[in-house]
Amino acid sequence: MAQAQPIRTTPQPDTGDTYLLPGETYTSISSTIGDVPLTAPLKTPRGWFLGFAVSFALLMVFLVSVTWLLIRGVGIWGINIPVGWGMDIINFVWWIGIGHAGTLISAILLLLNQGWRNSINRFAEAMTLFAVACAGQYPILHLGRPWLFYWLIPYPNTHGMWPNFRSALDWDVFAVSTYATVSILFWLVGLLPDFATLRDRATNPLVKRIYGLAACGWRGSAKHWHRYEMASLLLAGLSTPLVLSVHSIISLDFAIAQVPGWQVTVFPPYFVAGAVFAGFAMVLLLMIPVRSFYGFQSYVTIRHLDVMAKVMLATGMIVVYGYFMEVFGSLYSSSKYEQYLLYNRLSGPSAWAYYGLLFCNAVAIQPLWFRRVRQNIPALMIISMIISVGMWLERYVIIVISLQREFLPSSWDVYIPTVWDWSLYLGTIGLFFTLTFLFIRVLPMINIFEIRMFLHQETERAHRNAAAHGHSHDQDHGHDHAHSPASAD
Amino acid sequence: MQASNEIYGVMAEFDSPDSLLAAAKQARAAGYRKMDAYSPFPLEEVSHEVMPGDTGVPRIVLICGLIGASTGFITQYIGEFIDYTYIIGGRPNNITNWASMIPITFELGILFAAFGAVFGMLALNGLPMPYHPVFNVPHFERASQDAFFLCIESADPLFDRGQTSQFLRSLKPLQVSEVAN
Repeated sequence: MAQAQPIRTTPQPDTGDTYLLPGETYTSISSTIGDVPLTAPLKTPRGWFLGFAVSFALLMVFLVSVTWLLIRGVGIWGINIPVGWGMDIINFVWWIGIGHAGTLISAILLLLNQGWRNSINRFAEAMTLFAVACAGQYPILHLGRPWLFYWLIPYPNTHGMWPNFRSALDWDVFAVSTYATVSILFWLVGLLPDFATLRDRATNPLVKRIYGLAACGWRGSAKHWHRYEMASLLLAGLSTPLVLSVHSIISLDFAIAQVPGWQVTVFPPYFVAGAVFAGFAMVLLLMIPVRSFYGFQSYVTIRHLDVMAKVMLATGMIVVYGYFMEVFGSLYSSSKYEQYLLYNRLSGPSAWAYYGLLFCNAVAIQPLWFRRVRQNIPALMIISMIISVGMWLERYVIIVISLQREFLPSSWDVYIPTVWDWSLYLGTIGLFFTLTFLFIRVLPMINIFEIRMFLHQETERAHRNAAAHGHSHDQDHGHDHAHSPASAD
Repeated sequence: MQASNEIYGVMAEFDSPDSLLAAAKQARAAGYRKMDAYSPFPLEEVSHEVMPGDTGVPRIVLICGLIGASTGFITQYIGEFIDYTYIIGGRPNNITNWASMIPITFELGILFAAFGAVFGMLALNGLPMPYHPVFNVPHFERASQDAFFLCIESADPLFDRGQTSQFLRSLKPLQVSEVAN
């Protein structure tokens, strides 16, 4: 039973209007999703080995980059005075931003009672964890003396020193650590019932014991479920302000400074919207190949992709509003430094980044207004990749362009990333994908019990609709209502 | 009407959430109080039948959150205004600077509250508990996949080995079995 082929070859026809394709039962859900982690090691699909090999190679690049950095110091990067923050902080904000979509899907959509989140939330939350793991490397590595990173935490010490609690950089320490911890807790709690499913489906005794240990003896008791659902709801309620505050605090890293382009009050909401924007692009980029490779098209349907594209479009338009506000702020201020910022962005040495940004984030998302584009998988993949690049460029524009030409022309300089900047970035991508592939291999990618719950809710809804139709059409004989058990409004 | 402690209880298996809910309602109507239902996903109405009332989790979360927020606030207060006072970036070193203390206070409050939610929920549920008598019921491994169970425990005052089994059989389950201790 546990040796099932993980790849399903005949997906059901998907018309793009339901969140769960018909024909699923509690049993089929448990086996389709649950058998993927239970496949015997030697029967792992070759595609997984290939992906893992590439990711692991990049992880080794990460290892080399970090080692060389710790030996030689941040001088191996292209940072200089005035551009003291380069790809280290660009990538930090990029990765954290990507993580926010996962929390939005897990927490905020749970609070908004959007059942369609059930099939994507585990993968998105895992993506959050791995993105935060990648992001968290940078605040430590970019320190001049990374081995003293613990000075940022108020630990009892004999120097009589405290961290600077008034600085957003220290708020970052608390915010990002809290975000990582709460995300992992939320994710592990969500995994408990699925560990029980895996424990019960596994045939290999060692595998059974391992998942059994992880399941903590979960037996599906209704009393336990009641407390569990309450805890999940509370965690979602806690994670929502958390995710909003974390990226606001990160935006404050810039907003507390006086550099033109950084002293912008719209940064907190603008950054949060941008984070969700970039994050959803990454979720789509990951989920689209995974759903077709593992045969999850019944659970992550075209309608899911459509709705995610809508969220991407909405947050993208908020980011575009942010761009307008920055331009307006520059022009309307009476400060020649602020006005020069706009001139620098449009015609300075890094103007390519600003035009690239406008194309990727403002222009490339416009096709998403059309349903045909939102439901077209290759289009979504391309647009998502463009958005990921565009959001990287946004952080480049904000950080590098503002720093390279500040107030005093004699201090102006350009930032040229070195090979070590790029190798560390590639390395973090390797870390991210290594963790993702491991997750795919050993854990259920879709929240099994939540899909069962969703199926139950949709079945109930179909029965209610059928009953309502039955009353209004009771004069109609022989009228056969073939309601799909899984159509949602 | 004999309380039998030789067994843990009697368990009935159902194949759909609706039949489980109907069974739970009837059991409650018959006067049974010490019972539990087992399902592969949460069923709110069934939970209300077997465990009416509060879960107890929100209170724990609130208390932990307040402890966390106070910890954050007090740590900052001591560090910024008592032990190592400095005017940094024009921000004063007294309580009028409360606004800059908000982020860390807030984050620590959320952190402790999240710990309270997770570990409080696990503690109230008695987890981890790797062994439980109900795991010995035949077919119980389907409880985490696609089967629904109702168990009436022998600790219930109305429990009788024969009569309770009869009662459960009258609810039209797939099977009824005794749960050994």
